Amino acid sequence: MNNNKEPETGNLNISGLKQGIVIDHIQAGGAMKIYEYLNLEKLDCTVAIIKNAKSNKMGKKDIIKIEGPLDMDLNVLGVLDHKLTINIIEDNKIVAKKKLELPEVVTDIIKCKNPRCITSVEQELPHSFKLTDRTKRIYRCVYCESKFKGN
Amino acid sequence: MKHLISPLDLSLQELDHILSLGQNILQHPEQYAHVCDGKKLATLFYEPSTRTRLSFEAAMLNLGGSVLGFSSADSSSASKGESVADTIRVISSYADICAMRHPKEGAPTVAAMHSEIPVINAGDGGHNHPTQTLTDLLTIKTLTGRLDHMTIGMCGDLKFGRTVHSLINAMVRYPGVRFILISPDELRIPDYLRQEVLIDGNIDFIETNELEKYMPELDILYMTRVQRERFFNEEDYIRLKDSFILDAQKMQYAKKDMYVLHPLPRVNEIATEVDKDPRAVYFKQAKFGVYVRMALIMTLLGLDK
Repeated sequence: MNNNKEPETGNLNISGLKQGIVIDHIQAGGAMKIYEYLNLEKLDCTVAIIKNAKSNKMGKKDIIKIEGPLDMDLNVLGVLDHKLTINIIEDNKIVAKKKLELPEVVTDIIKCKNPRCITSVEQELPHSFKLTDRTKRIYRCVYCESKFKGN
Repeated sequence: MKHLISPLDLSLQELDHILSLGQNILQHPEQYAHVCDGKKLATLFYEPSTRTRLSFEAAMLNLGGSVLGFSSADSSSASKGESVADTIRVISSYADICAMRHPKEGAPTVAAMHSEIPVINAGDGGHNHPTQTLTDLLTIKTLTGRLDHMTIGMCGDLKFGRTVHSLINAMVRYPGVRFILISPDELRIPDYLRQEVLIDGNIDFIETNELEKYMPELDILYMTRVQRERFFNEEDYIRLKDSFILDAQKMQYAKKDMYVLHPLPRVNEIATEVDKDPRAVYFKQAKFGVYVRMALIMTLLGLDK
C-alpha cells in the first residue's frame, strides 16, 4: 500500500503500477486517440485505458496507465490535449509530474486533413506541423498552413 | 537561396526593393534587356493559367533570358505519377529559376524544400498567389505614390478570393490603412482573417453590402468576381449580383483620383462602359504584373545589384 493518491476511477480500481507512466486528465473520450497517436498497440507491456472516470475538476475524464520504462517524446501529447497531465511512477510512487513543452515542429504525429493539401495526393510526404502561436497553441501544416484542431 | 512562396516571405525592406526596381524597369526597360542573358526560367504549370504563365514568360524574355516548361499536368511527368520533389530535383539541372502553379496547396513549399534553384509560387490552389499581390502593390504604389494612409474598398467574393486575403495581409503592414469590405453576407471574409489579422492587429475596417454608400471614401476599389456557384440558390444570386456590379453610374460617386483594380479575368462585375474611365486601371495592372515579375526574377537570381 502506498501513500500516493491514485487517480480517481470511480468504482473501477486499477492500481499497482510499479514503474511506468500515468497520463491523467485526458478529455473524456480522448484516450483511444492518444493510444493510437503513441502507437501503444505496438508496445509489449501492460496498458490500461480507463474511460469516463469521475473527476472533480472535469466531471468525466480518461486515464491511460502504461507499465514499464517508456522511451518516447511525450511533449507531443500537449499538441493533442493540452489539459492532460503526466505522472512518472517508480516503485509505486509518483516521482515526477512531467510538464509538457509544446514542440516547435511535430512530424508524422498529427495529420493534415485539408483535402486540398499536397499531402492528400503525395502519400510519402511527412505530415509536419509548426507551432505558429504558443499562447493560443496553434499548429499549422507546413505546406498548406491549415490549422490543426486538437482538443 | 531565397524562394517566394507566400507574400509574407518578403520583409518590408525586400518588398520595397522589388517594388522600386519594378518602377525603375517600368521607366527604363531598355536598361534591363540583357540582365538575364543566358539564364533560363522553367514554368511548371500543373494546371492551366494562361495569363500568369505568359506574364512570367514575357518577364523573362524582356530580361533577355529564355523559357521552358509545361502548361498542364497532362503534358508533364506528373501524369506518370512523379512526385513534385523528384520533378524539381530534375528541373534544377535544366533551369536557373522556376515558377510553379499547382492545384494543391503547399506544392511549391515541397518544391522549395528539394530545389537547388529559386522557386516562385505562381498560385497553389486557394492558398497563395504572391506575384498577384506584388502586382497589386506595384499598381497601387505607382499610381498613388504610396502604400500607407489610404482607404481600400474590396468588393465581391471576399470569402474565397485568395487575392483579397493576400492583399489584406500585405497592406496591414503599412500604417494608416483602412478597409471597406463590401460583399454579400454569404461571402464575407473568413473568420481567421477578421479576428487574427484585422481585430488583433487593431486595423480599422467596415463590413458592408453597400458599394454605392462608401464609394466617395475610397482611394482604391479592388473588384473581384461573384461566382454563381458560390450561392446556395439561384434567387440569392440574382438578388445580390447587381449590388456588386460596378458601372458608370456608381463611378460618379467616386473620387477623381480613385483607382479601380481587378485581378482578372472579369466576367460581368465591371460593366464594359467603365473601361474607358481613366480610373479603371485593371488592364494597366496586368502590365505592372510583368514588370514586378521582372524585378522578382532579377532579385531571386541575385542580378539586381
